[in-house]
Amino acid sequence: MQKLLLLGDEAIAQGALDAGMSGIYAYPGTPSTEITEYVQASKFAKENNIHSMWSANEKTAMESALGMSYAGKRAMVCMKHVGLNVAADAFINASITGANGGLIVVAADDPSMHSSQNEQDSRFYAKFAMIPILEPVNQQEAYEMAYYGFELSEKFKLPVMIRITTRLAHSRAGVKPLPLRKQNEITLPSDLRQFVLLPAIARRNYKGLLNSQAGLEQESEKSKFNTYFDGKDKSLGIITTGIAYNYLMENFQDKPLDFPVLKICQYPIPRTQVMKMVKECKKILVIEEGYPIVEEMLKGYQESGTPVVGRLDGTLPRDGELNPNIVALALGFDTKTDDRIPEIVKNRPPSMCTGCGHIDAYVALGQALSEYSEGRVFSDIGCYTLGALPPYNAINSCVDMGASITMAKGAADAGLIPAVAVIGDSTFTHSGMTGLIDCVTEKSPVTIIISDNFTTGMTGGQDSKALGKIEDICIGIGVHPDHIKVFKPTKKNMDEMVQVIKEELAYNGVSVIIPRRQCIQTMKNKILVDKVKELGL
Amino acid sequence: MKTDIVLAGVGGQGILSIAATIGMAALHSNLQLKQSEVHGMSQRGGAVQSHMRVSNKEIASDLIPMGAADIILSVEPMESLRYLPFLSNDGWLVTNSTPFINIGNYPNIDDVIAEIKKFKNHIIIDADKIVGEFGSKRSSNIVMLGAASPFFNIPFESFEEGIRKIFGRKGDDVVETNLKALRAGREFTEKNRS
Repeated sequence: MQKLLLLGDEAIAQGALDAGMSGIYAYPGTPSTEITEYVQASKFAKENNIHSMWSANEKTAMESALGMSYAGKRAMVCMKHVGLNVAADAFINASITGANGGLIVVAADDPSMHSSQNEQDSRFYAKFAMIPILEPVNQQEAYEMAYYGFELSEKFKLPVMIRITTRLAHSRAGVKPLPLRKQNEITLPSDLRQFVLLPAIARRNYKGLLNSQAGLEQESEKSKFNTYFDGKDKSLGIITTGIAYNYLMENFQDKPLDFPVLKICQYPIPRTQVMKMVKECKKILVIEEGYPIVEEMLKGYQESGTPVVGRLDGTLPRDGELNPNIVALALGFDTKTDDRIPEIVKNRPPSMCTGCGHIDAYVALGQALSEYSEGRVFSDIGCYTLGALPPYNAINSCVDMGASITMAKGAADAGLIPAVAVIGDSTFTHSGMTGLIDCVTEKSPVTIIISDNFTTGMTGGQDSKALGKIEDICIGIGVHPDHIKVFKPTKKNMDEMVQVIKEELAYNGVSVIIPRRQCIQTMKNKILVDKVKELGL
Repeated sequence: MKTDIVLAGVGGQGILSIAATIGMAALHSNLQLKQSEVHGMSQRGGAVQSHMRVSNKEIASDLIPMGAADIILSVEPMESLRYLPFLSNDGWLVTNSTPFINIGNYPNIDDVIAEIKKFKNHIIIDADKIVGEFGSKRSSNIVMLGAASPFFNIPFESFEEGIRKIFGRKGDDVVETNLKALRAGREFTEKNRS
């Protein structure tokens, strides 16, 4: 069969399609977005009625996938690492309900924080939930793991995590596909109370989960994704997880590798293989992309037995993404470490696009706030987070999806009045609405700016669930219609905008201001342009 | 035979179209390929890079080690210098000469060009001007690819085939324009390399 040239993300999507997946659920988030977009663009998916619409947030996505699994069909849910925090309630409990149709949770981590607010390692979540993890070393494995992951999930009746990081998600290579499998028919669980987590049932299910651990470990021991390469030089044994293996091998392109190497790509950790290395080698080097989870497990608190080195003792840096040079240093190899660039090169950070509506909204807000003291603008996750950078310096927080509204409320509760929230349309329907209910209930003196550009901009212009609904949602939640103000953010309208914002800042209650103008990056999206016209926005 | 390339530019300049064409050329020559892209936040006008590795053997790392790149191919002059730590001592720095100025402290362009010229193997090409001669500004990235093509371990015919595959859907005229752009870039380098 001919090789397909795919991103790691796309390889996962293609693997899932070929494995007979019936639906994919997700909210856009770098570096996971392209998995779902690949299915959305797939003619095969359309012809076979495979679900691929975006969900409102990662929690609703996780729950919908669990529902599809309940009905006996194969489902995948994809998110960036911090999205798993949003989905965590459903995710952890899904390991207690168990799966019926195959269920794969893809978590895409972002070490070095290329596009994220932290670099948390999703493998901890899977360990917490006691479910297997598949961590591909390359695009071919990413494909095969999606394919095999459904099998594993159906065999153990448990959700399975595929964990990737930015580098693999956004790197392209050739992938050889496997034969197509049919989708499952609807088949309900044999026990119709399996998914009812009343304490009595949850206790029984939890014991079942505990009992399945030995089987999962055996599965890892014989997994083709875990390989023990023996070597004659036992002065050092090397354990790699996921793509760290590539950086190790990059350093042995022109010389022999005589140390034993254990490549781990399926968890729970294959204990027998690890113990063989611990017994035979004088020292263990653990190379992991992410947190030192395997290293910590091996090392323990007692630090007795075979010495273990890696990220915890400084052999490798404690934070950030790995690369071939970092691994070379850990191996004691001579490598280029001088990363200085000519002084003439200036930083070029990302910025809001010229002509972006968020910019006009920030300029107006800045002018309206000029009569108050500094430090009262709470913002959120999206393109408008870039308002933190010069020349705008417009915001004082960016924490998690929806936190702008609730942090403004808390600050107002503390007496910082007026307090302002700035949130985008898609982020508002993701996690802002519940915070708005808290504000309305307490009549909090907050001014909430929902900067509406009809799209999920930062991740590349995906659909926004908020399209055409924001005023209705706000009125439904209980914001007084007199304090919902809409304007078009342009330079021409600046005086009017400043005036409106000033009035609402002075109001002792909940105001919602909606600067509304289409994202300029989406102007070529004819479907969206027509839809906006049809809705009269 | 391996070629390691760092593609550089500013988010929105379309370096991924160059990457896609190299990818097709590599497939046509039956070579292995790994290409690491930048998506997400940096695409909003920030500095972007793509590591591209082409080889007749299996490729280990998606990232090129520092000091190992054979080519830096940049569609913006200052950006070509940002990745110098990756370039090997006998590698080639191929860059467009037209600056993309979206920051307030962009350095004097003559100083940037002088800095590039300090590196012995360099090709500085005004791709926008060359493209102006046959009238499609969009093809300037393909001029850049043509200018870098002599430094690849990939036959030129494979690049031409890559262009036909990538642009085929847009019609014969677009394919022809881009083939012209590719050849114009290559000619420039062949004339000007020292």
